[in-house]
Amino acid sequence: MNGVHDRGGEQDMGPIQYEKDEPVFHAAWEGRVYAMNRAMGAWRKWNLDASRHNGELRNPADYFRMSYYERMFAGLTELSVKSGLVTLAEIESGKPAPESTKATPPFTTADAAAPGRYRASARRQAAVSPRFAVGQQVRARNINPIGHTRLPRYARAKSGTIDRDHGVFLFPDTNAHYLGEKPQHVYSVRFSARELWGEQAKPQDSVYLDMWDDYLEPA
Amino acid sequence: MNTTRRGFLAAAATAAGATATPDFAHAEDHDHQVVPSDLALRTKSLESLLVEKGLVDPAALDAVVDTFEHKVGPRNGARVVARAWFDPAYKRLLLADGAAAIAELGYSGAQGADIRVVENTAKVHNLIVCTLCSCYPWPVIGLPPVWYKSAAYRSRAVIDPRGVLREFGLVLPDEVEVRVWDSTAELRYLVLPERPAGSEQLSEEALAALVTRDAMVGVAKVALPQKGARL
Repeated sequence: MNGVHDRGGEQDMGPIQYEKDEPVFHAAWEGRVYAMNRAMGAWRKWNLDASRHNGELRNPADYFRMSYYERMFAGLTELSVKSGLVTLAEIESGKPAPESTKATPPFTTADAAAPGRYRASARRQAAVSPRFAVGQQVRARNINPIGHTRLPRYARAKSGTIDRDHGVFLFPDTNAHYLGEKPQHVYSVRFSARELWGEQAKPQDSVYLDMWDDYLEPA
Repeated sequence: MNTTRRGFLAAAATAAGATATPDFAHAEDHDHQVVPSDLALRTKSLESLLVEKGLVDPAALDAVVDTFEHKVGPRNGARVVARAWFDPAYKRLLLADGAAAIAELGYSGAQGADIRVVENTAKVHNLIVCTLCSCYPWPVIGLPPVWYKSAAYRSRAVIDPRGVLREFGLVLPDEVEVRVWDSTAELRYLVLPERPAGSEQLSEEALAALVTRDAMVGVAKVALPQKGARL
């Protein structure tokens, strides 16, 4: 979806606000939101791509006004309700519905101590042939899907070179909508900065993007 | 699926009002976004609900916070970098198979399973960003700082990396090649900074103490401490 989350190439957001000696969490609630988001994800009622897409649906005014952890709080609430883990009435009252039964949390302190268990890898062992080879010239397709995509707007219709084949990963554009994993190769593609931004860029500079097979066509 | 643009102006006009009056009845309706009036209270209320329903274990939440406040952070990445500076064989492995080399030091996990380490030299400068969200190599350097997740950084890092670096106080010579790594897939990137000149006599531990988070994202170089400062 062409949305404000797709920031690459915008120039109107002002200077970067750097905080010296920044704490990991600025308030205790931020850490709790982060942790709840991890723990609730372990119910596997939604996947990472669906959760990213949910965040992309936030309207632009809210997206810019809310802090990162505010957005995470909103997303967690929305996904928890959408998936049926909690109801709106329960969130409003802060109390479980009388008929609700007590579950057993799937995310334990042992999981918490091992970030490797926080989320499943998107890499797949499927035997899928690559459509492109290292060194090949490719062009990012000019697609504008209304759903989730990880092909940033600034790279669309631009030409680059396959730098590396990372192997096979599930495809976020379908996985976000529970339309299957569609495993395929992901490549590191080098785009020259001049191809992306024109003459104002230095000729030797570049941007590397990781691109799924379905994002590319031969140049 | 919601198209979100519909009602954007209306939502913008009422955003301030929405802050004052959270409206969970419209949680599914993105024209009227859920905006908690007091996030600390709302978070507490949500946590107590989830705990009562048996959906989360509060001790596990404590442990997540503890992991990121005390165990996983830039010190881990700094040890990786210092080892690479100290041990050429380790450096070769790190650049060829980042995940394997990092696992050798005991760090692995989510967003670290597929990690590529890119080396800064006198001729090449690497910079990491995620223009679509906040992807970051957190098993090695912890959770990203606010500026890394900010719209300003994510917008300009790809179109004007040299300008962004100047804002961080790093002016690159014109002839240096800048490579920006936009980590929009499930690969994660870590910059292996240039070892500072004059650090030949330092121990691996002393080297690790010099390596900053910013250097491992590529917005700073690693510097020796001022003369007279204690290592």
